[in-house]
Amino acid sequence: MSAHSETTRIAIAHETSQELGLPKDHRILGIWIFLAGECAFFASLIGSYLGLHLGVAHGPTGAQIFDLPLTTVATLILLTSSLTVVLGVAAMQRRDVRGMQLWLWLTALLGLFFLEFQGYEFYTFYHGGLTLQTSAFGSAFFTLTGFHGLHVAFGVFWILLLLFQSMKHGINEDRTTKVFVMSLYWHFVDVVWVVIFTLVYLAGKVG
Amino acid sequence: MRWHRRPDFKVSLPLVVTLAAILLGGCGLGKQSTLSPAGPVAQAQLSMLYESLAIMTVIFLVVLGVFVYSLIRFRARKTDQALPKQVHGSTALEIAWTIVPIIIIVVLSITTVHYAFALGTPQTGKGTVQVQVIGHQYWWEFRYPGTGVVTANQLHIPVGEKVNFSLQSADVIHSFWVPELGGKTDLIPGRTNNLWLEASRPGLYYGQCAQLCGAGHAYMKFTVLAQSPADFQKWLRHMRHDTVSATTPAEKAGLALFKQNCATCHTIQGTPFHGTVGPNLTALAERPTIAAGTLPNTAEGLAAWLRNPPAVKPGARMPDLGLSQGQIQSLVAFLQALK
Amino acid sequence: MAAITERVTLAHRQAPSYRGIWAWIASVDHKKIGIMYIYAALFFMAFGGAEALLVRIQLWQPNNHVVSAETFNQLFTMHGVTMIFLVAMPILIGYINAIVPLQIGARDVAFPRMNSLSLWLFVLGGLFMYTSWFMGGAPDAGWFNYVPLSGGHFSPGAGVDFYDIGLQITGIGTLMTAINFLVTILNMRAPGMRLLRMPMFTWSALITMLLILFAFPPITVNLILQMMDRLFHANFFNIPLGGNALLWQNLFWIFGHPEVYIVILPAFGIISEIIPTFSRKPLFGYESMALALSVIAFLSFMVWTHHMFADGLGPIVNTIFAITSMLIAVPTGIKIFNWLATLWGGQIRFTTANLYALSFIPLFVIGGISGVMLAMAPADLQYNDSYFVVAHFHYVLFGGTLMAALAGLYFWFPRIWGRLLSERLGRWNFWLVFVGFNVTFFPMHILGLEGMPRRISTYAPGYGWTTPNQIATIGAFILLAGMLVLLYNLISTFLRKPDLEQDPWDGRSLEWSIPSPTPEYNFAQVPLIEDRDAYWVAKRQGKELPKAEPLGPIHMPSPSLSPFFLALTIVIAGYGALLHVDWLALIALLAAFWQIGLQLVHEDHGYHVHPDVPAGGAAE
Repeated sequence: MSAHSETTRIAIAHETSQELGLPKDHRILGIWIFLAGECAFFASLIGSYLGLHLGVAHGPTGAQIFDLPLTTVATLILLTSSLTVVLGVAAMQRRDVRGMQLWLWLTALLGLFFLEFQGYEFYTFYHGGLTLQTSAFGSAFFTLTGFHGLHVAFGVFWILLLLFQSMKHGINEDRTTKVFVMSLYWHFVDVVWVVIFTLVYLAGKVG
Repeated sequence: MRWHRRPDFKVSLPLVVTLAAILLGGCGLGKQSTLSPAGPVAQAQLSMLYESLAIMTVIFLVVLGVFVYSLIRFRARKTDQALPKQVHGSTALEIAWTIVPIIIIVVLSITTVHYAFALGTPQTGKGTVQVQVIGHQYWWEFRYPGTGVVTANQLHIPVGEKVNFSLQSADVIHSFWVPELGGKTDLIPGRTNNLWLEASRPGLYYGQCAQLCGAGHAYMKFTVLAQSPADFQKWLRHMRHDTVSATTPAEKAGLALFKQNCATCHTIQGTPFHGTVGPNLTALAERPTIAAGTLPNTAEGLAAWLRNPPAVKPGARMPDLGLSQGQIQSLVAFLQALK
Repeated sequence: MAAITERVTLAHRQAPSYRGIWAWIASVDHKKIGIMYIYAALFFMAFGGAEALLVRIQLWQPNNHVVSAETFNQLFTMHGVTMIFLVAMPILIGYINAIVPLQIGARDVAFPRMNSLSLWLFVLGGLFMYTSWFMGGAPDAGWFNYVPLSGGHFSPGAGVDFYDIGLQITGIGTLMTAINFLVTILNMRAPGMRLLRMPMFTWSALITMLLILFAFPPITVNLILQMMDRLFHANFFNIPLGGNALLWQNLFWIFGHPEVYIVILPAFGIISEIIPTFSRKPLFGYESMALALSVIAFLSFMVWTHHMFADGLGPIVNTIFAITSMLIAVPTGIKIFNWLATLWGGQIRFTTANLYALSFIPLFVIGGISGVMLAMAPADLQYNDSYFVVAHFHYVLFGGTLMAALAGLYFWFPRIWGRLLSERLGRWNFWLVFVGFNVTFFPMHILGLEGMPRRISTYAPGYGWTTPNQIATIGAFILLAGMLVLLYNLISTFLRKPDLEQDPWDGRSLEWSIPSPTPEYNFAQVPLIEDRDAYWVAKRQGKELPKAEPLGPIHMPSPSLSPFFLALTIVIAGYGALLHVDWLALIALLAAFWQIGLQLVHEDHGYHVHPDVPAGGAAE
């Protein structure tokens, strides 16, 4: 017991001096756990879509209505935004606040472009005869991609809030964590899109 | 603190057991009991109940024995001085009570797999009867494919022959359950489910919807008449006949009223009435009950139903037709002539 | 170029102070939040119990018409929804809030404001659902709410909308509780408290939170899909346009089966605290207990179709899920036998807390026995949707969860409220509940085997159902008497002066190592943990627990009203959607997102409590 607990004690003393400032930061583990829950959320939505995508009733099928080139461009835009957010975090870690802000602006802009594409896609589908009310396929498609779109929109809102905060108050350790947590969320939303693109659009066009 | 008291458990647990004995012994078996099987499916299911209950009762008694013994033997005493022996665990014991349950589960799994396939596979071969069951809020439609026979709320089956049911729903989920013949299977819109049952002896068996289907759920009952194969064939032929006879003045008036008020929803074989919204009323007079087992099939029962159906059966789709007492009497006379 | 200039600045101002009821509403103290969870759960229990009594009165005799069939369906639906979502989970989450941070030597939870938000989403979401009684009728399609019965065509009223929206609101709160306590337990244990030194209740909380994390998203999605169908005429469950009735059932039970473990694992945890304490022995087989919890949680995600054996999914699906379901009996059996072995050779004290904890063992075993019987798929076709199932799950949920919750109430009452409940009244309370419970629910096994389906609003004579139903109804009134004794015990205890006993039961875990009432910062100095049951070990050695830090300023989170108002905004959005007042729903939703955004950039680093002695002065 003795030798072991001595080393424990020394290590703890070191930790404790830090803890006298602010408690240990829990947000990073928190966001990871939140994203695990989000995985279950999107898995359920995607599972529902896969269970229903053949239920087209009298409406169009995915193969008929999906516009792969358009969606591919949208996908590339969203994937690029994952790169820009990484560059933003990297700039932040170099303590280059201006660079961080630049990359985050670009990320938000790319997110908005993606939403623009999605809005256009919804518009053309609507006029191509596919709505939420057309068929179970329509319901599942718009709900799944719509909820993903809401996640992107919320991410853009989040980025903008952090940008305004950093412009008004500068940046500090606490706010770097805020930015880092947001970047993890943003990556997650992008990864989900890759799954949606594969399972909904690519598989839908093939089958 | 009055901790040092004798445990009271040994009083209460026998109480529960006695209560169970009274309940089992005192009530007898009802007319819709899984404990009085009348066919091989229900028999198999009851044997599974006995097998699992026997094994589980042994486990329960072992647990209870150790439990009660510990409570008595190891209760705190005023004389307690030192701490009891601080035992943290025993690998051997812990492995033992992991392995023993696994063995029991293997035993029960074998039974489960055996019967799951035996009871879960539609029967084929000579002598099997097909029946299509369609659930409605809140009544049962039975069709005999290939014969044109359609009836409602009273199912006829031949004794000693396997009956394959194909189960469908016209609206919400229902569940087809005749406890004395076997377990239930749901009727799910958009799906066709299969179930086979067999009655080993003639008789009238009671069934009921087992899945919540709305306000009238409790009133969605039916009966199964198991008859000899010859009687069953006779019944099928009878159902195909043109059987409507309206002879007395009351019956004739009832026929006219029926045409006016009822024909858009109900079918009667041998008449031009072919409505399909409500139950098929061919040979209605031969059924023991009406309104899906809600009322006895008597003049009073029929009259009560016709006076105000939703008052008899909550959520019934058949509205109060606003019939006068005289009109009701005529309709009852007509319906009682449907043989 | 603005480099990182400022370090994190500590707010030295005192926390904003709120008075009276606002002090509670704004509280971010896990102890107060736990108390509010328990109060709210007991409040809803009164309603859920009243609904149950009405059900029992209606079933007293054949062809009874005390309530209409429509009302009956609302009663049992709300009874189920209330007892699961508004009583069982919240009371356990209340104990987890009040006790787990103390058991791990933490000063609060990881996200105190989010904790407050969880609470208010539950309380306001629950009240939201209860307003359905005054707004056109409560949900009436069963707690399982199967489609298409619950769809807009067959349930056109707002009842099911209350279910869909209300459960989403409370569900978000529960999900945040899961995130909060996962981080709390993983990150905030006192130095030296390795995972395998945690008290078993904390272990059960950890595993429960994992279950919530993965079980609640599927039900949230399910509720969203149905809300899309009902409010926006989507077709997820509209069969003619390609929808699927079984999608609801699959998503519901992928949530629903883990859910029953969400409400039983903390109960296991409570029993695992109380039985060792009152046997004066350590928990037998600690490692296998922790492992059993984990295995149960893992298996619970692989058994969901045993609720769907009558769906005609075929013998292959049914046997696979039958076997995985039976397998759960193995880790559960390990727990039962380990508790028995803990009792064996102990010095058992029959306090009320222990009476409840001990009664859990035989009652839960009876529920487990019927559980294994139900898992045998072909035989289940006879039990499924009959009163046999009703008997089964009341033995595990009432005989299991509620008995453990009452055990926990008597056990932790002195820690949470600084007073001991009366043992004399406690005995009356226990015996009335124990006898009433068995008289109510044991006959239901027989009713089920006698062919009585669940959820029927009445029955005809001649089925042999009358006598068991009457016995059950009498039992329900004995239960009522028992719960009234509990109420009297609570009130009379609150009227007494607090006795402030720190450690009345000779406790084993850290919550008993601190003065009563618990200081707002919990631990003046965080202890250093060198053993399982460290506090018990230190007591036996006649020593103080070693401290992991010198006495110094203690960081505290500031109270805040924003979680309450965020929850309120979300509930207003719910009313807007439900009443089809689109502008209200939209504005409230945007306001909610705006408030969430403010939380994301929120900067309030709380305040510090300073020791009376100079920093470092009292260090060991």
